[in-house]
Amino acid sequence: MSVTLSEAAANHVAKFIAKRGKGVGVRLGVKTTGCSGMAYKLEYADAEATDDLVFESHGLKVLVDPKSLPYIDGTELDFVREGLNEGFKFNNPNVKNECGCGESFNV
Amino acid sequence: MALLQLSEPGESTAPHQHRLAVGIDLGTTNSLVATVRHSLPECLPDDTGRILLPSVVRYLRGGATVVGTEALAAESTDPRNTIASVKRLMGRGPVDADPGMRARYDLVDAAGMVRINTVIGPRSPVEVSAEILKVLRARAEESLGGDLIGAVITVPAYFDDAQRQATKDAARLAGLNVLRLLNEPTAAAIAYGLDEAAEGIYAVFDLGGGTFDFSILRLSRGVFEVMATSGDSALGGDDFDELLAHWLHKQAAGADLDCGANRALLSEARRAKEALTTDASVVAKVPQLGGGVRTVNVTAEVFQSLTQGLVERCLQPVKKALRDAVLKVADIEAVVLVGGATRMPHLRAAVKTFFGRAPFTDIDPDKVVAIGAAVQANVLAGNRRADEDWLLLDVIPLSLGLETMGGLVEKIVPRNATIPVAKAQEFTTFKDGQTAMSIHVVQGERELVSDCRSLARFELRGIPPLVAGAARIRVTFQIDADGLLSVAAREQTTGIEANVTVKPSYGLSDDEVANMLKAGFEHATDDMKARALREQKVDAERLIEATRQALAEDADLLSLAEAQRIDTAIAALVVAREGVDHLVIKAAIEVLSAATADFAARRMDKAIRTALTGSRVDSL
Repeated sequence: MSVTLSEAAANHVAKFIAKRGKGVGVRLGVKTTGCSGMAYKLEYADAEATDDLVFESHGLKVLVDPKSLPYIDGTELDFVREGLNEGFKFNNPNVKNECGCGESFNV
Repeated sequence: MALLQLSEPGESTAPHQHRLAVGIDLGTTNSLVATVRHSLPECLPDDTGRILLPSVVRYLRGGATVVGTEALAAESTDPRNTIASVKRLMGRGPVDADPGMRARYDLVDAAGMVRINTVIGPRSPVEVSAEILKVLRARAEESLGGDLIGAVITVPAYFDDAQRQATKDAARLAGLNVLRLLNEPTAAAIAYGLDEAAEGIYAVFDLGGGTFDFSILRLSRGVFEVMATSGDSALGGDDFDELLAHWLHKQAAGADLDCGANRALLSEARRAKEALTTDASVVAKVPQLGGGVRTVNVTAEVFQSLTQGLVERCLQPVKKALRDAVLKVADIEAVVLVGGATRMPHLRAAVKTFFGRAPFTDIDPDKVVAIGAAVQANVLAGNRRADEDWLLLDVIPLSLGLETMGGLVEKIVPRNATIPVAKAQEFTTFKDGQTAMSIHVVQGERELVSDCRSLARFELRGIPPLVAGAARIRVTFQIDADGLLSVAAREQTTGIEANVTVKPSYGLSDDEVANMLKAGFEHATDDMKARALREQKVDAERLIEATRQALAEDADLLSLAEAQRIDTAIAALVVAREGVDHLVIKAAIEVLSAATADFAARRMDKAIRTALTGSRVDSL
């Protein structure tokens, strides 16, 4: 069981946290919404919750709540550039299909 | 596939719900676009990594348009078709466009706003600005991977209605939805207010390429209130360039330059100025007529003494804003520097000396306005939780009022009133049976309409015919969050209404905006006298009118001698009314009033007799 960050993602998360001035890591999760069932949650984490699962990746803490884990187990979060656009991308092996834009998915 | 952003804890947006919005600083010299990504505001670079887009547009034969650095590079080779500092012409009428711009470009006086003659025909400042905005919009949409729902565009606090409207028009032409126009200093305050979250009174000193704005803001519990604004719409970094260019030209003892060489000289002066921010001296290459250059050595001291006058000019509006806000220098917690020109060390030193503290420079002075606008755009687009919303108060730069009898200004909304605002006042008719009223909306600090700026005129018709002073007309001034004005007049008994949304008359001369406030103070005494004179004239007119009316109705109540005495007094007042001494008019009014006192009493008796005739005492 693990959720990891790519090196590029880790570098950017570290940079954003430094600019923001606080944060213990990054929180990944899912919520049941969106046009294809599930939507990703990607947030700064200011504190660990008691039942959080904590993964270490490139020196950063990746927090996942236990209910979300089955949907994103094995995911690597990547940071990609597409022309001038840039942002995070979930490489999630559990996904069966996702909506055209990739913002929501189901397993 | 869409790329995701990091959100604040608990604020992950639902899929497709993150609304893309940007802040745009549409500057005189440079423009830039910023947005909030990963919950952090940042400026968006172009594909070569440059953030600043020179506000320069070049029109090519055949219809192509080049914007930015590439256009700037062509400034000296194709000066007539390469438009820089177009912001100086925004909303400017044909009467008095900026003389510097007139010298540089082939300006055509068109109805409404001046136009710039280019190789592909005349272009309005709105169209030129739209080209700049289009480039920024494309950059933003490419960077964010989607369509923008809107933009917050910043304008100098000094921009009047015409200039604000012109900016909105340019945005619309560029296909941008304007979420709001935001005063540049207010945007800077937002950028700092969020980053520092400090309470207190702050000053924002914004010396851009072409405009100087000074504002005093109060930050408390997340609420921004602009306490006062002042500035000079014709003062900026460009003026420093021009002074230095002039000096360089003199040093090189060159002949008069043509348009292109002059532009090259200005670019060189700008380069030298920027180099002197860090270096003690710089060698400038001064272009000569017919090609060739001569080198001139400039030291920081020389540049400093050359431009000391400009630095001092910056401090005048600073003092006035402090006076307006009834504040002392010591009340100011900190000073925020905005605009690339505030990098000049001697300017920073002057600000530091004046305020007795080092100015705030945490955020890049070139980016701070765009960053604040981006933060505001993010809020307006609805990407933040409602409980984090904060109010943003802004002020109007010049008083708004309307014309009353005698060409006097009745101020309805005083300058520095916070907007949005609505104020109403009641007016009445001047003549018996008056059924229409002309409402003339003016802007400015002076007492006489002729010294203020005319914004709009409209008429309220269908007032019921009543004696003078009996009708009640309520005039409401309403200013929206963008600083745009609408005026409504309503007759209270019948409810008839007329209104106008100020369609800007684009006719403001360049000097006017900058000088209007100054003039208000300089002419305070003259204005007081002028007002007294006009008031006496209006009184005189009213009295003459009333007396003539009474004579026409009740001449039989007077003996020949009495009638003659009144006629003489009227004639004297008619003469006095044309004079310039309000005391003489006042004296003549008193003479006529005294001469008609008995007549008035007799008329009153007659009126009562008429009313009582045929009535029995017990029926009264």
